[in-house]
This record gives sequence, structure tokens and C-alpha cells, in this order.
Amino acid sequence: MDIATHVFSALYQFGDAFAFLVLSACGLAVIFGMMGVINLAHGEFIMCGAYVTAAAVHAGLPLPLGILAGTVVSALVGVLVELAVIRHLYDRPLDTIVATWGLSLIATQGTLIMVGSTMAGVGTPFGSFQVGDYSYSIYRLVLFCAALGVLAALYALFNWTRFGVLARATIQVPHMAAALGVDTRLIYSLTFACGAGLAGLAGGLYAPTMTLVPTMGATFIMEAFVTVVIGGADVFLGTAPAGGVLAVVKSVMTSWQGQLFGQIGLLVAVIIVVRVLPKGISGFVLRERT
Amino acid sequence: MTGLFSLFRRLEGPQTVGRGPRFWSLFAFVLAVALAYPLFSDGYTVGNTVYFLVWVFIALSLCVIWGYGGSLSFGQTAFFGIAGYGYGVLTLNFGSGYGFTLLALVIAVAIAALFAVLLGYFMFFGRIAGVFLGIVTLAVTLMLERFMAQTAGPEWHIGTARLNGFNGMSAMPPLTIPWPGEPIVLFADVGLYYFVLGLLVFVYLALRILMNSSFGNVIVAIRENPERAEMLGYDIRRYQLITFVVGAALAGLSGVLYTAWGQYITPSSMGMTAAALPLIWVAVGGRSDLTSTVVGTLVVLAAFQALTIYGSQYALVFMGVLLVLTVLIAPNGLVLGAMNWIGRLAARFTQRAG
Repeated sequence: MDIATHVFSALYQFGDAFAFLVLSACGLAVIFGMMGVINLAHGEFIMCGAYVTAAAVHAGLPLPLGILAGTVVSALVGVLVELAVIRHLYDRPLDTIVATWGLSLIATQGTLIMVGSTMAGVGTPFGSFQVGDYSYSIYRLVLFCAALGVLAALYALFNWTRFGVLARATIQVPHMAAALGVDTRLIYSLTFACGAGLAGLAGGLYAPTMTLVPTMGATFIMEAFVTVVIGGADVFLGTAPAGGVLAVVKSVMTSWQGQLFGQIGLLVAVIIVVRVLPKGISGFVLRERT
Repeated sequence: MTGLFSLFRRLEGPQTVGRGPRFWSLFAFVLAVALAYPLFSDGYTVGNTVYFLVWVFIALSLCVIWGYGGSLSFGQTAFFGIAGYGYGVLTLNFGSGYGFTLLALVIAVAIAALFAVLLGYFMFFGRIAGVFLGIVTLAVTLMLERFMAQTAGPEWHIGTARLNGFNGMSAMPPLTIPWPGEPIVLFADVGLYYFVLGLLVFVYLALRILMNSSFGNVIVAIRENPERAEMLGYDIRRYQLITFVVGAALAGLSGVLYTAWGQYITPSSMGMTAAALPLIWVAVGGRSDLTSTVVGTLVVLAAFQALTIYGSQYALVFMGVLLVLTVLIAPNGLVLGAMNWIGRLAARFTQRAG
């Protein structure tokens, strides 16, 4: 084995970890950045996306359309949740977290009752390729590209569209935006739906790689929390670099000591970072800039 | 002597609901019923009641940290688990002779408190508050669960105690009080009931005193407005850390008692669902008052168990709905709301009579 294959292996693991962190975190980060609220039902939106994707594929749709269906259904559920619960709690962020935890309990147990303890999965597409002595899954590369694509799409959405401008105005000074005629409630609803849809997309994309159980959201949620806490409130200045840094920590620790130590490494990193940079990477960058 | 007297005066005050002879005679009545209860019941039911009482400690811990201190910790079950495992490891290694189980209880609670000092230092001195505090504590809890769940292999042991991964540890000795002649073993029936009840009354009264003391007033001030409290010269980080450690110790006590009660502890006692339950009891009861928390916890637990018997799958869904509805409709808690309502009604009644 020469150095090139080692380098490729390290890069591949980094890319895999990066994609997982960014995809699972961006929905959470969008909602957090807009409303200052952590959606504890995030994992259940991911689960919803994965289940709908699997159901669509079983019904005969091709996988990309299935993933699209998962995304759309999650976003619609997000709209419903926002209308029924979140809307009434905007001035009480801590209570919002508690309420979303209640929703998460309902969703997990409700899925267990209605669908059963497991659902037939979807096969991983594309097969694998060989570098050196190891074979790698092509789908993991697709996921890495998807993560980059999601970041690019979010950048475009928030910078180049009318919705993006209004949303950023609402983030900065909600009252001022409202005074200037922005329907901030609508913006909040759309943002929540966007976050839920991104969670559904993550679920749909990862549906072919894992077993579908009602508690599968918990697999994502810790990584998502950690990335958002380290990243801070901004998706581009926070989530993306946090995903990069944490992916290094996770892939190094995982290849050194195994999966669990990868996660422990993440946790230690987050505790140290909150001590040093309480507002996360984006808070640090923004303070430097002003 | 006057010092002791002034300590007792702190039993009622601005931070706790319930005062005057009427409240305390009700308290004495409830205590008398609780003391007499095993006489009218069988050992199994009493043992089941102990299970309820054990959970009250973790609810009180969340009440102190969240309700009084204003820092939402999702990680109380982490301390529960650490102390539970600590008790298991200690007693499996050193046995139960010479009252060691009681010492193990103290050591296990101390380990949980020490862990809270470490975690709390990073959080409060990093000025983590609000949302992030909840997320970091929850992440720590989930991490501990995952760590304990993978300790199935024989290489995971502390001394002679195997950790046993997802199946958890079992067969640790119950609490034992050394006694001349024969030691008293507190199995999960009447003996343990009186032990836990005594502990609960002690903790409840001690917390009432603590919350009405100047310390309690300061942490409530920090909850209401951290900046103002800081301007008044209080080091809020230190107060928050102490509150967090007190809460962690209570959660740890809950964990030890649970482990000693069932002679059993598993990683899932730290999982997502387990972590949500104390939150539901405290939120439904009324987080900003000790009495409401105790009453709410017992009522919700009893309802949960009844539901589990009749429709086990739906019990958790119902708990989730209950939590969401409480937050939406009665954010201060149902029991606290009811108690305040009764208090107002009684006041109006006395006014009219007098």
C-alpha cells in the first residue's frame, strides 16, 4: 500500500463524516439560526423522510423521486407542526424545546404503533469501487456531493432570492422587518418548513444506508446538536466550518479507536469549544468582522 | 438555639407555595397517611409505591435546576445512571457487610456530584445558557447511554463487576443497615419504603429551607434576570454551578435508590425516553414549586402506570400529548395552577367569613 491509497482512504472517511454532519445538522441550523430554537423533534423529521422515501421506493418510484417525496412530506408535516404548536411559543424559546421533545415522543411511539418495530429498507445503489486493497461505496461519494449541493442551494436561497432577503431581515431585527411590511409569521412558517424539509432530505438520502426503525432519529441527533452548538447561529459561517472541523475529529478518532470513540471525540470537542467560543464559530467570525 | 429556630422559620417563605397552620396540618395528615399506609397494604404494593417515591428525587433535582435556577438541563438521567452504576460497581466489589451499602450510596452520589462539577464548570464558566445548556447536557446523556450499551464484552469490567452492555448490571445487594445481632436488609417492601419515605421528607424540608434562604433567593433572581443579578454583585456562574451540583446529587440519589430497589440498572435508564420522563412530571406538576413537583410526579407516574396496564403502547404517546398540551395551555404546570386557585378560593372564603 502506498501513500496515495492512505491519503485517499483518509479523505474518503473525512468526506463521509462531513456529509453526515452537514446533512443531519443543516435543517436544525436553519431553524436555530432563524428562531433561536432547537427543534428536538429534528430526529423524527429525519425518520419521517427516511420512512416516506422507503415507502415510495417500495411503491415503485425510482430512488431520487422517493427522496424528493420524503423531503416534501417532511416539509408539509413541518408546516402542520408549526401551525399547531410552534407558532404559539415564539416568545418562550425554552418551552418550545420542551414541546418539541413531547412531539418527538409522540412521533417515535406513534410510528412504532402504526408501522411496527422495523420497516423493510432500500438497497444501497451504485455498488462500489476499488482503491488499493479496500473497496469503497460510490453512494458515499454521492452523499458528499449532496452535502455540498445542499450548502450551495442554501447559500443561493438566502442570498439571491426575495425569500432569502426577507428571511435575513427577519433574523437581524424581527420588529423592524415587521414594521417594514414583512409578514414575519409567514417567514417563520416557511423557515420551519424548510428546516423540516432538509431533515427529511437527510433521512431520504441516508435511508438506503441504514436500518429503518422508529428510533433511527437518535442516530443523527447527537451529531446534529454538536455541529449546531459548535457552529453557532449561521449556516454558512457556522455549520459548514463546524462540519469540516468535526469531520476531521470524528474520522481521525474513528479510524484510531472505532466508531464510539469518534463520537466521544465529538463530545469532548464540543465541551471544549463552548468553553472557549461560547457563541460558536459563527459568533467568533462575526465578532472578528465587526 | 436561635440559629436552629431561624432555620425552621425558613420552611415557609416567598419561594415555596404553602404556609400557615392550615398547610402544615395538611402536610402532617399526608405524612401520617403515608406512615400508616403499609399497615393497610401488602408488601408487593408497598414495594411498587417505593418505585414511585424513588423517582420523586430526580423530579426534585430538575425542579431545583430548571424551575428555581432557570437552567434547563436534559441530562439529569446521566447523573441518575452514573450513581446507579457506581452503586452497582461498589457493592458488587465490596459486598454489603458492615453497612457498606450506605457508604456506597454516599460515594455513588458523590461521584455523580463530582461529574456535575466537571461538566458544570465547562458549561457555566463558558457562560452557556438557555438552549445550548439543554443540548450539551442531552448530548452527554446520550453519549453515556451509547458508551454503556457497548460494554457487553468481558473486557469491560471494574474489579469483579461486569458492566454487561445493553443488558445492564444486576444482582447487586440491596441497602443494608448494620444492626447488632442481624443486619437489617432493606428489600423492596416495607423496610425500604420507610427508609425512602424518611429520606424524601428530609430532602423536601431541606430544599424548602434552602430555597427560602438567601441562596434560594439569589438563584431565583438569576432565573428572572441574570444580568441584573450580576450587576448586584453576585457571581452567577458560581451560584449556577452549585445549583447544578445539588441537582445532580439528588438525581444521583434517585439512581442509587432505583438500583437498590430493583437490584438492576441498564443503559436505557439514560436514553432519550428516560430523559424525557422527569421533564414531563416536572412540567406537568409545576416546575417552580417543590410541593407541586412532588404531587405532580406522583400523580403522573400513577397515571402512566395505569395507562401502561391498559394500553402499554399508547402510554408514551399520551405522555407526549400531555407535555405538549401543558406547555401550550398551562406553562406553569397543572398542579401549581390548581394549588394557586385553591389558595385564592380559600383566601376569598376567609375574607367573606371574617
